[in-house]
Amino acid sequence: MSFLDLFSLSFMQRALVAALLTGLAAPAIGTFIVQRRLALLGDGIGHVAVTGVALGLLTGASPTWTAVVVAVLGAVLMEVIRERGHTNGDVALALLFYGGLAGGVLITGLAGQGAATLQAYLFGSLNSISPSDVWFTAALAIVVLVVTLGLSPQLFAVASDPEFARVAGLRVRAYNMLIAVLAAVSITVAMRTVGLLLVSALMVVPVATSQQLARSFRATLLGAMGVGCLAAVGGLVVSAALSFHASVAPGPTIVLLALAMFTATWPLGAWIRHRSRLMAPFPEVTATPHRTTADHDHAHGPECGHPGVPHGDHVDYVHDGHRHAVHGEHYDEH
Amino acid sequence: MLVTDADPAVPVALDGASVAIGGRPILREVDLMVRTGDFVTLLGPNGSGKSTLVRAVTGLLPVVGGTLRLFGTPVEDFHDWQRLGFVPQRSTATGGVPATVREVVASGRVGRRRLLRPSGADDRRAVEAAIEVVGLGDRASYGVSQLSGGQQQRVLIARALAGEPELLVLDEPTAGVDLPNQQALADALGRLKARGATIVLVAHEIGPMMPLIDRTVVMRDGRVAYDGPPLTQEVASHTHHPHDHDLPGGHDHAPHVASPFDWERRTRP
Repeated sequence: MSFLDLFSLSFMQRALVAALLTGLAAPAIGTFIVQRRLALLGDGIGHVAVTGVALGLLTGASPTWTAVVVAVLGAVLMEVIRERGHTNGDVALALLFYGGLAGGVLITGLAGQGAATLQAYLFGSLNSISPSDVWFTAALAIVVLVVTLGLSPQLFAVASDPEFARVAGLRVRAYNMLIAVLAAVSITVAMRTVGLLLVSALMVVPVATSQQLARSFRATLLGAMGVGCLAAVGGLVVSAALSFHASVAPGPTIVLLALAMFTATWPLGAWIRHRSRLMAPFPEVTATPHRTTADHDHAHGPECGHPGVPHGDHVDYVHDGHRHAVHGEHYDEH
Repeated sequence: MLVTDADPAVPVALDGASVAIGGRPILREVDLMVRTGDFVTLLGPNGSGKSTLVRAVTGLLPVVGGTLRLFGTPVEDFHDWQRLGFVPQRSTATGGVPATVREVVASGRVGRRRLLRPSGADDRRAVEAAIEVVGLGDRASYGVSQLSGGQQQRVLIARALAGEPELLVLDEPTAGVDLPNQQALADALGRLKARGATIVLVAHEIGPMMPLIDRTVVMRDGRVAYDGPPLTQEVASHTHHPHDHDLPGGHDHAPHVASPFDWERRTRP
């Protein structure tokens, strides 16, 4: 069987659909989570969802359903603790993370299942996606996308300044709960492809990549969805291609591909930020004593290679710690 | 004509109002009336209850005794929150994700926008007008993080103005802002005052705002210590009481809880 034949396999097609939707939904809600500076919230919900999967294995119910229920409950509990618990919210969250993971592994053992069963949920698996799963995943992903994009003005206001949003008349607690629940739902959506332990990466890394180049929230959100899509689908294909030689779960390839995209954009983002700092106009202050440069045989101009930074009504050329402004036949030190 | 508390023309009326945080009384029996068109400054040392008063007026803290009426309606029954604009006390307008000045200011319209509807021409006009009032018209598509601290404070004011409020409440917008930016801030508030806006301002430094102020209220230890013609900060700190020096690290009204699962009810239900 060749590499291209893979795409004619029905489980591969289902996996691709799931990956595409996951790649769109997870960064969309992830942007609001990063805006709230809760980048690790997704990680916590993922850990709690492990217990949900294990409960499904123990009771014979669909692990996807039990994971959704437990992840949503965990997300709501975290939100309540975070909102009410003053300064030590992070400790409470940590308690929940570890409880979720340890409980999940213990219950899986009690269910008579080994680590191999759990592994498919922890790091994703290509061929574990059943036709009913893919419909379920698609429906949940579309709900997440519609709600996130439809309510984005409200979610943006709440995520950037909850006090202001509350005074403006928004039900901040309800919106915060909604963000947590949407995060829990998209985590269970992503469970089949990326896996619970790596899912948070798909919520955060595309946002980090996109904000290297974007200046507006809107561009960051759309860019993150694009990066997420590329990473999820590309990572899945890479993992399928590698499957001829070794068994590689799709989760790690998806996350590493997203990180590679971050690594590729970061130097560009760093250069743009450096450039904008360098070119920020100098403040206009009242005249300082007139100082001319010593003999300066270099001719400054737009093409001379030195950054020309606006300073009031003229331009200062910056080099070697000096700011040279043209003044008749000579240069002034500014 | 006698003005009463229940007059819908009175934006803020506190009558014997008390506010508690974590069971400890912070504001005690405060009487205060702000009439339409007033420009009132709240002065007082750290921990005197200025911010608590502002948080009660904006509905962020519940009033446990006495009454608070906003535009004549008791605060429990008040739902027209878009009539009130709030500039919270914070040093930056940035979040975890980049956003432009226009996007941050546009978020001030949420109180007036219907769910799941795109923004209309009215929304866009109000946003551009608010950016213009604070003098950032040429920076509207800049990222907020590219602006200086004083410019970010003006973005936060524009955000409150975008909701076209009748009453504007500002909590220390001048903290850590250099003089040229304080002047720009004062210019923006002057334009609003000229349009008939009602303004309540908590401040540590009055500076260039002095000519705009109609009335000063000095808070001390949770009570109103002075309510009358404008005072400067220097005079206010020496009125009635010796100057009290702020405790290092600020003053906590209620000790913070030590265990992650303990909490106090501190918000309105």
